[in-house]
Amino acid sequence: MAIGIRTEHLRKVFSTPPPSAAPGRGIVGGPMTGRNVRGKSQRIEIVALDDLTLEVEPGEIFGLLGPNGAGKSTTLGVLTTRIRPTAGRAWIGGDEVWTSRVAVKRRIGVVPQRPNLDFSLTAREILLFHGAYFGIANPERGARARKLLETFQLTDRADQLVVGFSGGMMQRLSIARAMMHEPEVLFLDEPSAGLDPQTRLLLWEIVRSYNARGNTIVVTTHNMEEADDLCRRVAIVDHGRSIALGTPADLKATIPGGYVIRIQLSPRTPELLAAFAAETGVQQALANGPNGVDVYADRGGPLVPELLQLAVRSGARVTDVHVSEPSLENFFLHHTGRSLRD
Amino acid sequence: MRKTFFALFARDVHVARRNFVPLILQTLLQPMLLVFVFGRVLTTSGFMPMQYKSLLLPGIIALSMVLSGIQAVAMPVISEFQFTREIEDRLLAPIEIEWVAVEKIFAGMIQALIAGLVVLPLAWLVMGRGVDLSMPHPFLFALLCLLVALLSSSIGLTLGCSVGQTQIGLMFSLVLAPMIFFGCTYYPWSALAKFPILKYAVLANPMVYASEGLRGALVPQFPHLPSAVAAGGLILFDILFVSLGIRQFQRKAVH
Repeated sequence: MAIGIRTEHLRKVFSTPPPSAAPGRGIVGGPMTGRNVRGKSQRIEIVALDDLTLEVEPGEIFGLLGPNGAGKSTTLGVLTTRIRPTAGRAWIGGDEVWTSRVAVKRRIGVVPQRPNLDFSLTAREILLFHGAYFGIANPERGARARKLLETFQLTDRADQLVVGFSGGMMQRLSIARAMMHEPEVLFLDEPSAGLDPQTRLLLWEIVRSYNARGNTIVVTTHNMEEADDLCRRVAIVDHGRSIALGTPADLKATIPGGYVIRIQLSPRTPELLAAFAAETGVQQALANGPNGVDVYADRGGPLVPELLQLAVRSGARVTDVHVSEPSLENFFLHHTGRSLRD
Repeated sequence: MRKTFFALFARDVHVARRNFVPLILQTLLQPMLLVFVFGRVLTTSGFMPMQYKSLLLPGIIALSMVLSGIQAVAMPVISEFQFTREIEDRLLAPIEIEWVAVEKIFAGMIQALIAGLVVLPLAWLVMGRGVDLSMPHPFLFALLCLLVALLSSSIGLTLGCSVGQTQIGLMFSLVLAPMIFFGCTYYPWSALAKFPILKYAVLANPMVYASEGLRGALVPQFPHLPSAVAAGGLILFDILFVSLGIRQFQRKAVH
């Protein structure tokens, strides 16, 4: 029996630097307030989740989509018992996450954003010990490890320490490890970041077939294509809130026109925006950034010459034009005014 | 839960066995050098009286146990909590987080006990003739060893969860060095009689109870703290550092 996941008004405020999720910039976004405590020590407060309510149905592949720092990893951290919510509650199946952590840990498998393999062990030992932590007895444990190593094409390196593994191999092994105890819910945090295209396809195949066996899967990603191809339903998360939830097709259908033509030009006059909006097939023309215009339309390429002509006639200099087809990316842009990669 | 606990322990034993030689060198080399220089060179050449050998031996055992227990727990904990978050898999094992910390303490205790058991005969051999050991109370000795082992691994957990990778050097020079030198390892507590402030200040150092306790159990002919005081001090510091270590571990593990 597949199980679902529910969160109710989840809120998380970090007062110490949060566990680093994404390497490099923007770990967790949201408003940051530095305030003085007793006039001396500076205290940071980072709102990572702000009233997040979600429901993942049993047996679906669910996507959490959003830019870096939107709160995706924090959501996963809360759902996997690793982050204590400041307020709100979450359930995996019937178990409330924070109050029955051990029961929850039994039901979930977690693939972190960055491989956190046990560097003192070989690939096979990592799987075997993981199985042992979950109380899987010996002949069964060995058989499962063998099978997973084979599935993830790691058999020839199975008895080497993982220190020397490539990023892709570590990632595959992390996924194998998460499946070792056959959890009912599998969480994957940015699973295909850093994977080559073939491995990514292999991974998606494995995830789909694991899902087909009646398991629930939650994937976080900032890759539209991935969410679009893999997920049955998607929640779009920004600044720690869910701003939209639905199937990729439903979400895309709500974008006016579907196509977005992004033009960079200057000077950008209100008259020019009005002229763009009056063009046939154009639903909306919105200013974006100092020199940008986002034109939402039901056509893509054929509209470009007409828009350019309007721009030239108004005396503006066009520096860039980008046409994007109906996608979740456009959806995100429409709702937040920012591109997913901004 | 029992299965998970022993699987975690089996993992630590497996890793320790794989690193057996460097681990042994790391924990035994320093005490052995001390034993050789202080217990052999200085005594044979006549700079130190021969009895110094016997006085030194319990201190060296305490020192080896404390150092090996601290290192056995603190070093892996520091690196596993680093940005690789190697420990995460164990934190996600179906067991309460506190038990993962308890397992760390337990595994460290075993290593400290092994270090103590290896150092005792080895030091005795290196010092040569003239070591005057007696063990009038073997049970007291065993109890003290257990308490010292628990002390060392729980201090290891506390330090490991409070110190970052970049501060390891600092930990050795600021915490461990004073702990060893003011820990009555090379001299009995009574030798501090002429330093009234120091004499009482060192009582805040848990190492004192370890060295003095073992001194009382192995070479009772020398002055030492009463065994009850040593055992009591060890028990109090054990309670303190076990609870502190587990609390720090939870703080590190759950955000």
